[in-house]
Amino acid sequence: MKRSFKTSIALSVFTLISLWLSVTAPAGTTLFSFNAGKELFAIPDFEIPVAGASWIVFLVLLVVTGFSWWLSIQRKKTPLWLTGIFAFALVQQVLVVLFVGQMFPVTTTLQGSLALAVPLIFGALAGVLSERVGVVNIAIEGQLLAGAFASALITSITHSLTLGLIAAAISGALVAGILAIFSIKYVVDQIIVGVVVNVLVIGLTSFFYSTVMARDLIALNQPERFDQINIPLLSQIPIIGPLLFSQTLIVYLMYAAVAVVYIALFKTRWGLRLRAVGEYPKAADTVGIKVYRTRYISVMLGGALAGLGGAFFTLGAVGSFSKEMTSGAGYIALAALIFGRWNPLLATLAALMFGFAQNLQSVLSIIGSDVPSQFLLMLPYALTIVAVAGLVGKVTGPAATGKPYIKS
Amino acid sequence: MNKVLKNNVVKQILNPSSLVTLLAILAAFLIGGLLIAFANENVQTTAGYLFARPGDFFLAVWNSVFGAYDALFRGSIFNYKAIDSVGMIKPLTETLAYATPITLAGLGMAVAFRSGLFNIGGTGQIIFGAMGAAWVGFSFDLPAIIHLPFAVFAGVLAAALFGGFVGFLKAATGANEVIVTIMLNYIAGLLLFYVLTTPLFQAPGATNPISPEIVASAKYWRFMGDSFRINASFFVMLAMVAAVWWLLNRSSVGFQFRALGHNPSASKVAGINIGLNYVLVMAVSGALAGLAGTSQVLGAEKFLTPSVAASFGFDAITVALLGRSKPLGVLAAGILFGALRAGAVIMQANQKVPIDIVLIVQSLVVLFIAAPPLVRFMFGMSRAAKKAVTA
Repeated sequence: MKRSFKTSIALSVFTLISLWLSVTAPAGTTLFSFNAGKELFAIPDFEIPVAGASWIVFLVLLVVTGFSWWLSIQRKKTPLWLTGIFAFALVQQVLVVLFVGQMFPVTTTLQGSLALAVPLIFGALAGVLSERVGVVNIAIEGQLLAGAFASALITSITHSLTLGLIAAAISGALVAGILAIFSIKYVVDQIIVGVVVNVLVIGLTSFFYSTVMARDLIALNQPERFDQINIPLLSQIPIIGPLLFSQTLIVYLMYAAVAVVYIALFKTRWGLRLRAVGEYPKAADTVGIKVYRTRYISVMLGGALAGLGGAFFTLGAVGSFSKEMTSGAGYIALAALIFGRWNPLLATLAALMFGFAQNLQSVLSIIGSDVPSQFLLMLPYALTIVAVAGLVGKVTGPAATGKPYIKS
Repeated sequence: MNKVLKNNVVKQILNPSSLVTLLAILAAFLIGGLLIAFANENVQTTAGYLFARPGDFFLAVWNSVFGAYDALFRGSIFNYKAIDSVGMIKPLTETLAYATPITLAGLGMAVAFRSGLFNIGGTGQIIFGAMGAAWVGFSFDLPAIIHLPFAVFAGVLAAALFGGFVGFLKAATGANEVIVTIMLNYIAGLLLFYVLTTPLFQAPGATNPISPEIVASAKYWRFMGDSFRINASFFVMLAMVAAVWWLLNRSSVGFQFRALGHNPSASKVAGINIGLNYVLVMAVSGALAGLAGTSQVLGAEKFLTPSVAASFGFDAITVALLGRSKPLGVLAAGILFGALRAGAVIMQANQKVPIDIVLIVQSLVVLFIAAPPLVRFMFGMSRAAKKAVTA
C-alpha cells in the first residue's frame, strides 16, 4: 500500500490547536451537570479545572497523533476508532474551555442534539438506501420538506397523527419517485435532477403555503403534536433515560429505522441484491436481479423515510409548517451520509455529531458566550469537505452511484 | 464521477433541439397555469357548483390564469396600462436588471459544465464576489475612475480564489466538486452573516446585519436615472457573453477546457495538465459568478445584506442548462428568467399569485429540457418518444 500521511497531518494540525487551547486556557473550573429531574438516582455534578483538563487532553491527542504517524510510516491506516477517540477528547477540551466558570448541562444539551439530529438521521438513511442502489440523492432536502408540509396539512385536517405520518411518508416517496423516474427512465444526470427537485419542492410547498394554507391557518396548519412517551424504568436511568427513552413516537421509529435499514442492507438477501445493483448493475442484471425495479423500490423507500423525518419538524418539534422550514437539513443529512461513508450506523453517528454542533451553538448563545454561532453552524459542512478531501481516511461511495444503467 | 457519465452530461447539455426547448418552456407555463388556477379562491368557489354552472368555473379559471400571466407580461416586458412612458418601459429595464447577475453567474456555470465540472457553488461564489466588492466599495474614498474597477476587481478576485479552491481540492485530493461546492455555499452564507455582525462590515450604529452604503464612486452608473435599477453592469454582462464565447471557442485555454469536458483521459494523454485546468476552470467559473455578485452590490442594490445572492445561484444553474451552456443561449435564458423574476413581483402584488411560482416554472423547464422523451410524450409525439427510450 502507498504511504499516506494525510490523516496524520490532519491530526497534527488539530493537536496544535489543542496545544494552543491549553496554553491559553483560562483559570477556573467548568461544572458538568447531568441531571434532568426524574432519574432514579442522581449523578453528582462535578467541577473540572480547565487548565489541568486541557493539558490532559493535549497529552492524549499527542499520543494518538504519534501513533498515527507510526502507523503511516508502517504503511498502515489509522483505524476509525482511534480518530473517534481523538475527536471525542478534543470536543471535551473545547467544551471545558468554552464553558469556563459556567455550568454545562450535559443531559439537556444531548437531548437537544438528538432532537436536531432526528430529521438528519432519517434523511441520511434515505441517502443510504438511494445511493447504495446507485442513485445519487441530492434531493433529501426536498423529501424532508415535502414530508413536513404533508404531515402538517393532513394532521390539521384529519386530526390524526397516524394519517399525518402516512402522508409524510407518501409525499417523501413521491418526491423520491420524481428523482427515480428522471434518473432511471429518462437517464437525466442525477445531480441535476436532485438540485432541481429540491427547488421544485421549495416552490410547490411555499406556493401552496401562501395560497391554500395561509387562508385558514387554524384549520390547515395547526396539527396536533406527538406526546412524549416515557418507557417505564428505562426512562429513569440517569443521562440515557431522559435522552433516549423519554421521547416521541417519531424518535422511537427512528431507532427502529436505523436498525432495520442496517440489518436489511447487510444481513438479508434483499440487501445484498440492492448493494450489488449499486456496485455493479451489469453483473446484477446478468444473474437475474431486476436492476430498474430494485432501484425504484429502494429510492422510494428511502424517500418515505425522509418524509417521516420531515414530519418530525412539524408533528415532533415546531407544531406548524413554515416556508423552507427544513433550511438545509437535507444537505446536512447528505453530509452525514458521506461522513458516515454510506453506512447507516456511521451516518447516524455523524448526524448525531452534527446535531450536537448545532445545539451547542444555541446552548452557548444562552450563556452569552462570545463565540460566533455561525462557526459552529459551519462545522458539518466544513467537516464534510475535510472528509471528501480524504483527510480522515478514504471516502468512496458505491461504485455505480451516479451512473445510469442502460440495459442492452 | 466516472468519465462515461461526464461525456453523457456534456452531450445532454449540448444536444441542440430548439423544438424540445420551446415545448419544455410551454409545458412548464401550462403546469404553472394549472397551479395558479387550482390555488385561486374564485376557482375553488365556482368548482363547488361546477355541474350547475360550469361556465362560471371556466371563466374563473380563465380569469385567474390570464390575470396572472398578463401581470407577468406587464411586469416584465411592457406595461400597457401604465400612465406615463416611464412606467411603460420600466418593466423591460427591470427584466434586464435581473437578467444581468443571472446571466453573469450562468456564464460561470456554463464554463464549468462545458469543462465537465459541476459547479453547484454559484451562491457561495456570488457571496464572495459581493463581499469583496462591497468592502472596497464602502471602505475607500477614491476617484470613480479607479474606485469602481478596484471594487469589481476585489470581488472577482475573491470569488475566483473561492472557486479555484474547489478546483485545487479536486486536483490535489480528488474531492468531488459537487459535494464541496454545495457545502461551501452554506459556509459562505454563514460567513457572510458573521462578517455583517463585525465592525469590519456592519454599518456603524446598525443593529441588523447590513453594511454601510457603497460610496458613490464605486457604484455602477445607473444610465437611465436613479429610479431605474438597470446599470452599467448590464454592459459588462454583454461584454462577458462575448468574452466567454471567445474563451470557449477561439482560445487555446478554452480548447483545453472543452477537451477536459469531453474526455479527461484523452486530454491527459494529449499532454493537457488536468490538475491545473481544474483550478483554472473553477477560478474562471467563480470569477464570473463573482462578477454577478459585484453587479448586485455595486449596481442593483447599494448595501451588502445576507440575502445578496438571493436565488441567483440556482438561477445560474438553470440558465446554463437551458442555454445549453453556450454563451448566447445563456444570455437568452438569462433574459427569460430575468423576465420571470421581474414579472413575478407584479404578479404577486396585483394578482396575489405568490412569487414562488417562478421557482416551480423554472425547475419544470429544466426537468423537461433534460428529458426530451417526456416532452415528446406530453405533446403526443409518443411514437418518437418510445423510439428514443428504447434506442
